[in-house]
Formats: sequence, structure tokens, C-alpha cells
Amino acid sequence: MSLREVLTPFTAWKHVLDAPVTIPDPIGREAAERYRGFHQNDMETCIGCGTCEAICQNGAIDMVPVEGQVTEKGDSGLRPMIDYGRCCWCALCVDVCMTGSLTMSNEYTWVDTDPDAFRFIPGLEEPWKDKEAGYRREGGRELSGTKRSHMGELAPALRGDNFSEICAGFTREEAILEADRCVECGLCVATCPAHMSIPDYIAAVRDQDYDRGLQLLYETNPFSEVCGRICTHKCETSCAALHEGDPIAIRWLKRHIIDNVPMERRLELVGGAKPANGHRVAIVGAGPGGLTAAYDLAREGCAVTVFEALAAPGGMMRYGIPEYRLPYDALDRDVAVIQAMGVEIRCNMRVGRDIALDDLKRDHDAVILAIGLQMGRGTRIPGSEGPGVEKAVDLLRRITAGEDVPVPERVVVIGGGNVAFDIARSMARLQKATHGTVGVTLTALEDRAHFLADAEELIEGAEEGVEIIDKRGPQEVMRDASGAVTGLRSWAVTSIFDDQGRFAPAYDQADERVHEGAMVIEAIGQMADVSLLGAELTEALDWNRGRIAIDAGFRTSEPWLFAVGDAVKGPDVINAVADGHRVAQSVMERVSLQEGIS
Amino acid sequence: MLSFQPDRSQYPQPGPDGRLEVDLETGKYLKLWQGPNHPGITGNMSVELTVCGDEVVEGKTHVGYLHRGFEKLMERRTFIQVFPIVCRVCVPEPDFNEYCYAAAVEELAGIEVPEMATWMRTLILEMGRFNSYMMFLGGISGSLGLGLVGQWMTYVRDLMLDRFEELTGARIYHMFILPGGVRGHLPEGFAARMEEVLQTAEKYLADVDRVMFSNSVFRLRTEGVGVIDPALFERFGVTGPNARAGGVVKDVRKDSPYLVYDQLDFIPASGKDSDIFTRVKVRRADIDNSIGLIRQILEKMPKSGPVMARLPNVLHWKIPRGETYIKGECSRGEYGYYMVTDGSGYPRRINVRGPSYTHAMALLEHLIPGTNISDVAALMVSLHTYPPEIER
Repeated sequence: MSLREVLTPFTAWKHVLDAPVTIPDPIGREAAERYRGFHQNDMETCIGCGTCEAICQNGAIDMVPVEGQVTEKGDSGLRPMIDYGRCCWCALCVDVCMTGSLTMSNEYTWVDTDPDAFRFIPGLEEPWKDKEAGYRREGGRELSGTKRSHMGELAPALRGDNFSEICAGFTREEAILEADRCVECGLCVATCPAHMSIPDYIAAVRDQDYDRGLQLLYETNPFSEVCGRICTHKCETSCAALHEGDPIAIRWLKRHIIDNVPMERRLELVGGAKPANGHRVAIVGAGPGGLTAAYDLAREGCAVTVFEALAAPGGMMRYGIPEYRLPYDALDRDVAVIQAMGVEIRCNMRVGRDIALDDLKRDHDAVILAIGLQMGRGTRIPGSEGPGVEKAVDLLRRITAGEDVPVPERVVVIGGGNVAFDIARSMARLQKATHGTVGVTLTALEDRAHFLADAEELIEGAEEGVEIIDKRGPQEVMRDASGAVTGLRSWAVTSIFDDQGRFAPAYDQADERVHEGAMVIEAIGQMADVSLLGAELTEALDWNRGRIAIDAGFRTSEPWLFAVGDAVKGPDVINAVADGHRVAQSVMERVSLQEGIS
Repeated sequence: MLSFQPDRSQYPQPGPDGRLEVDLETGKYLKLWQGPNHPGITGNMSVELTVCGDEVVEGKTHVGYLHRGFEKLMERRTFIQVFPIVCRVCVPEPDFNEYCYAAAVEELAGIEVPEMATWMRTLILEMGRFNSYMMFLGGISGSLGLGLVGQWMTYVRDLMLDRFEELTGARIYHMFILPGGVRGHLPEGFAARMEEVLQTAEKYLADVDRVMFSNSVFRLRTEGVGVIDPALFERFGVTGPNARAGGVVKDVRKDSPYLVYDQLDFIPASGKDSDIFTRVKVRRADIDNSIGLIRQILEKMPKSGPVMARLPNVLHWKIPRGETYIKGECSRGEYGYYMVTDGSGYPRRINVRGPSYTHAMALLEHLIPGTNISDVAALMVSLHTYPPEIER
């Protein structure tokens, strides 16, 4: 030990004159740019999906209702409330936020005498609400992936001249990848008319438990195989994943479950009906609404008879939707399960012709009308009466029934909805098979961005050679001296609706075109054929704008008569299924009540 | 100089259970509790001393004051939900938990981490090591009555915490390294600000050298005290600076390089006397290593690139059956995570190997007999003990 070692430590005294290193006012100190402090939530962007609540390992987040926040499509109306007594500022909630609405400010001081005050309460204005600095999710850390899993499809070249199904459905690997993207928020369940347990059956795909998936499907939808192919999938428009990229392919996952359960196993899993309860119910029309009601009532033990005017059950699912979108055997399997419940379907029985509605009333406790919209509407433009002008629904029905349909080399379709594309693409196939070329022109009032048809119809239609012309208003079906159709004369549309939002198309008459074609097909809407009611009943029933008036339980003004489906409500299969369940419930209430009285 | 193995003949003899039979009634012995609330104890543990005069004849370590059951908590959380709690296993150097956990998950789930993220992770770990040593220097000097170094080091550590704050968004529990990568890139101008901190640190460390290592009192009280016989290293699982101070140059960063350590130049510091002084000296040299490594990393790391791998949807992330052990060299020695997965969405078992467990529980009991009461604190701190990692 040297003297140096005794003296050296005293060099520390040199710091005596240094300025203090401590911060005099720590409360006012600004935290770093990406500091994880108190939360911010953009109430308008937030959709209340609850993913933040699900990920929070402290259980600090509760989704709560907020005054002024309404529940609507794609928005639960709930917003996260955060308990700062539990929060550990890990920011996982920010990382997984589907919309990016939840962020963290860099504010970190909060002084209060009330220990219960330290909560982030949605709807209250926090002092740090508008702070720019703070933790934000860095791009690329999205939770569910922006891209949909790939699915195989028939190439346009291979599908042009035949009615083979286009979509191949997911393989197992593709389905698991797609199912993995789901965050199980359940916003889709609220949007689905039938409220299918979507997150649960998607979880079943992830777990490869198709039995469980199938049972979940059948809890709410006996037409899962049909809906797995042609559902209008409104659920996908409210999917939380939509805010990061593609929505989850809910429809294809549903189809994937059904495709992976053999028919015998399906029947086993669905199980049998309850013992007969002695009630008899007649249903007019074997479409999705009628058959869903039939399925429910049969499971409850009712004796159900369905009267179908056409040769096979299915209604528009069979006679409206072309086979390339919905193969008939897929529909047949769904119907077979319903028949296995004991439902008797009597085809080629047109009520009003082959059997009277009064007879049904006499022999049954209740009658459900599920007659659909079988008659096509006409444009009533000059020249539209007479041969060579067809209604789309009639043509589609004839194609399904295997009847001979005239196939000119050029046809013109009026309409921009799914039915217009169904007939246009069907005719294109027939033309390709007959003439080797496609000559279909589709004209619609709307511009391309606002077509009523699904987006993929436009893409696939164009791929198959359909010429799509938007913003054209039909004016006249042109005919030659012999009366044969030669084309359609149209004007350009300048607006479709007037100032009050009423349908009143306006045209630019200077922009006139003639679309050549030996056949004009009208696909501008359908209406119900209510002739089966007869004069007396038509008079007795309440009506609502040309449709039979119904209440929330699908009861007409006649206590024995119920009505469901497109004829009274619409507009698609999944709505018909949902309404089928409801009408079945109403019928069960009525027959149970009768039981009580007798 | 006190010998490591004192002459036990003058002490009470062990009874049948191996414990010394101390008759307190004689008045010759006194029970003295050091901790759990005691300035000479790092964190929440205590040493029950039996003293004869001012000489300690027996020391019994007590833990349990800080048990939070982390390993069990992890089994009840999904893989991503474990990530925010692992850092709490060790408060002063939390990043090692984050790294080991993330690396274990990545290995079992087969996730490739972007290169940028591995550099960022190395940077974070070295910054954490630096801060851990700052606390250590303050602790060891404080336990010998030299409070000044503690104040300086707290300041320097705080400067580094500022860098942590701007890089990770938090000062203590950074929650920055997560399975798949890290949370963000370097902020603009980070390297320059880091260099300022390092230069300030070097200035203060030069002062520390003068007031500690060139201090006769410090030398008198640490040289030859608390010697660990290198023969005991194997038996007590001694790793890190404690082992290097005894001439056994073990450093996971060199022995089995992880992250980007194989691309960095440094020589692990070592000594041979295995006493308190050497252990402090080795750590002091290791601080210089860390400073050098931080500079190297900031210079060599890629300037851009992704920092996060694409993870499966973490809400229902399942990891196939498997097990792994991930280790790294923390400021105290070998830190490791043993993880078992069973194909479900939750870890089946996670075991955390914190070096304090072996150093401060069993080894300390072995070292205490024969020391002076006033040396016990320095002895314990010289092992670099962090009780939270003992009690996971």
C-alpha cells in the first residue's frame, strides 16, 4: 500500500463544483418519442373487435358500452376500458389492434388522490388525447396477414364451354392457413343473417376437427354446403381482418368443412328428429326458406310435407344459380339431410293447379308459403313483347331442366345483378359449345364500380368473353321486317336516381348505341307468382307494397298462414335460411298453443 | 489474510443433521439477521449469521421474500402473453429473459429471425450488461461504505436508461425483444447520443478507478477476502465473472457464440486470485468490453432491414412438441431458459436458470464462515446477486 493509494481517492472532490446532474422538475420531463405511456383510442376507427382484450395477459382491458357509440355492421359498439392498476404497458394490445386505432401516448404522469381514478375510460377526454408522440405499431407487424390463402380455380380456358364447378375449394393446408388469420372477434356472427358460429367453426378448421365444425354448421344452417359455395357472405364485409387486408374467406372455410365430412358421417353427426308430436305442417315451395323451416319443424317432430311445383327441390338454388357456381349434387346432399329428418317433398305439385291451398289448410295445422320470386320482370321498352326477348329466370330454369334453349351467336343481356351474370355466363358457355365463339353483351345502368353483382362475377364474366358495357339504358329492342330481334338500342346513363334518391334514370340521348344480337334477355328483377292464393284469400290478406304483409314472426294476417323467403323479404339464400328458422319457431308456437287449447 | 477454509476446530461441531450445534445460552454466540431489509443486501433476501465476536461462524441464506411464481404463471399464458412477464424475472438486467425466451420460442416454432433483429438484440443485451455492472459497482462500493461511487454510477446508469427509453419505449422493463425479432429500429441519431453516454461513462469510470481500485481501504478490505477455490466452480455451478476471476475463462459469448458475438472482437476479462477484489476488477474490465462492443455493434450493424419475422396469428399460436435450452452470458454468468412445449398454445414448462441461484444460495453459505461481519455484505455483492432470479 502506497501513499498514492491513500491520497488518490480524494481526487473525487473535484466534482464538488460540478453542476447537479439531477433533473430539477421530473414531472415536466417529456418522455421519449416511442415511450409506452397512457393509451389513446380513436373512437371512430375502433370497431370494438376486442382483440386487445383477448391478448391482454393482465386482464386489464374490458370491452364496455359507451354512450353515443352505436352497434352497427362491423362494429360491436363496445370500446376498451383499461385498468391502469393491472396494465403493464407491454403494448401487445397496440400491436394486435386490427384497425390501428389503439395507440399509446408518451404521457406517463398522472396524479390523483383517488386510487380508483387510474383507468382509461372510453368516451372521456384524457389530457393526452391528442399527443402525437408515443408508441405506435410499426408496419408489417399485422396480426392476421393481409393476403387471403390461395384457392385453386378452373382456368378461364378450361371452363368456357362447360358447366364444371369453377372453385376447387381449399386444400387442408390452405384452409389451416386461412383459418389461422381469424382473430375470433365475432363481428361476423352479428352480420350473418343466420348468426352462424363463424369463429367457432373456423377454430374447428384450425384444429382439424371437421366433425365439430359440421355440427356447428348444422346448428344454424341446413344449407351449409350450398352457402359454402354461393352465399353472398355479408359476414366477410364486417370481418375485422378487412382493416388490415383481405377479409377471412369465411364462405370457403365453411365449404371446406362440408367437403371434408363424408355424407354418411354427416347424417350421423346431424342426428335424428324428436319423436312425432302429431302436428302437420304444409310448406309451399322447396327453396331455401321453405326447406329450412321444414328441417326445423321435422326435427321438432312435426309431419312436414313440402309441395314443389318443379321437378326437383331447391327452388332458385337449382333453377336460378348455374351449375358452375353450385353443382347440383352439392344441393342434393343438403336436401338429402333434410329429407332424412322425415320431410316429405312432393315435386311436380303446383299448388293451385295440382292441389288447392284450401286442401292444405284443411289437412294441416299450419301452411307456410315459400314461393320465391319466380317471374322475371320486363323492361316494357318498345319491341320487348314478342319472340326473341326472354326473361333471365325463365331461361335459367329451362337450362337446368335440360330443355332446348335457342342459342344465337349474339345475345344482349339487360341488367347488372348476379342473375344477369348468371344468364350471360350460361349463354356464353352454350355459345362456346355450339358455335365455338362467345357473343354476349351485358348492359347495365350502373357504372362498373356500382354493379349489383359480386366483384368476381365481373372478373370471371370478362374472362369468359362476356362484353360488359356499363352506364347504358335500354330504349328499344330492334327488330327487322320479319319481326326477328336484331339488337338493343341504348342511351348513355347520366344519373340513375333523382335528387330525392328515387329511381329515375336520366340519359344522354346523343350517345346512342345499338348492341347487336338475335336475342335480348331481361334480367332486371323478379316478382312473386301469387295466383295460387285465389281471389278470396288475396282479398282477405293484408298486403305491403305488392307483397304479402308479415310480422316479425313471418305470420300473415291469416293465423294459419305463414310466409317466408324472397316472396316476402329476400334477398338471398342465407336470409331465407335465417327466416326459415324464424318462421319454424312461429309455427311451433302456434301449434303448441293449439295443443294447449285442445 | 483469511483462509478460505478456516480452522473449524474452535467452532461448534456439526450435529447429526449436518448443522452446527450452537448453544446460544452460553452467550458466546449471537444470531444476527442481515436482511431482508438491510443496505448490505442486494434485493429481497437475507442471511442469518451466527457470530462469535465479530467473526461469522455460520451463515444461512434465506430466500422466499420475492416469490412470484413466474414459471407457473408462464404455463398459464399463451406464447405471446408470456413475453411481457419474463423481463420481470430479473429486474436490473431484464433483457436476458426477453432474449432467452424469444430464442427458445423461435427455435421450437422454427422461426427465422431477421439479421437486423439479431444485431439489435445484441446491442440491447450489451446495454443491459453495462447497466447491470453500473449497479454492481455502486453496490460493491456501497457495501464497503463508499457511497460516492453508487451516486456516480446511478447517474451513468440513468443516462443509459435514457437510451433504453428512446430505443425500446421503456426504462426498466423494456419488453422490446419479442418472439420473432424486436419491436423497432434505431431512432434517428441514436448512435451519436449513445457515444455521448459512453464517453461520459468512461470519464466517470476513470474516477471510479481512482477512488476504488487505487484506494488503500478498498484494497485492504477486498484483497484475499472471500476467495472461492476454483475447485468448487464445478460443484457449485460457478459461471461468468465469478469463475473468470478464478482463472477459469468461461464466457458463453465466446464458448458458444449466440446472436452476432462471433462477428465482434473482445477478450473476456479474467483474473486468478478469485477474491472479492479480483471479481470486481474482472467486472470493471468487462464494462470496458461492453462499451467496446456497443461501439462495434453500432458501427457494424446493418443500417436497414426488417426487424420482425412474420409470426403466425399469435392469438392462437400453437408450437409443436419439443424442448430446448437457450443460454447466454449475462453480467452474472450463464443465464438460461429451459422450455418444453407439448403442441398446445401454452408452454408446458419453463425453467429459468439464473446464476444468482447457485452463486448466492449454496456457495455463499460455503464462503461465509470465517469472515468478518462487516465483510459479509461485500462478499455477497461480489458474487453479483440478484434475488429475483433466484425466485422465479
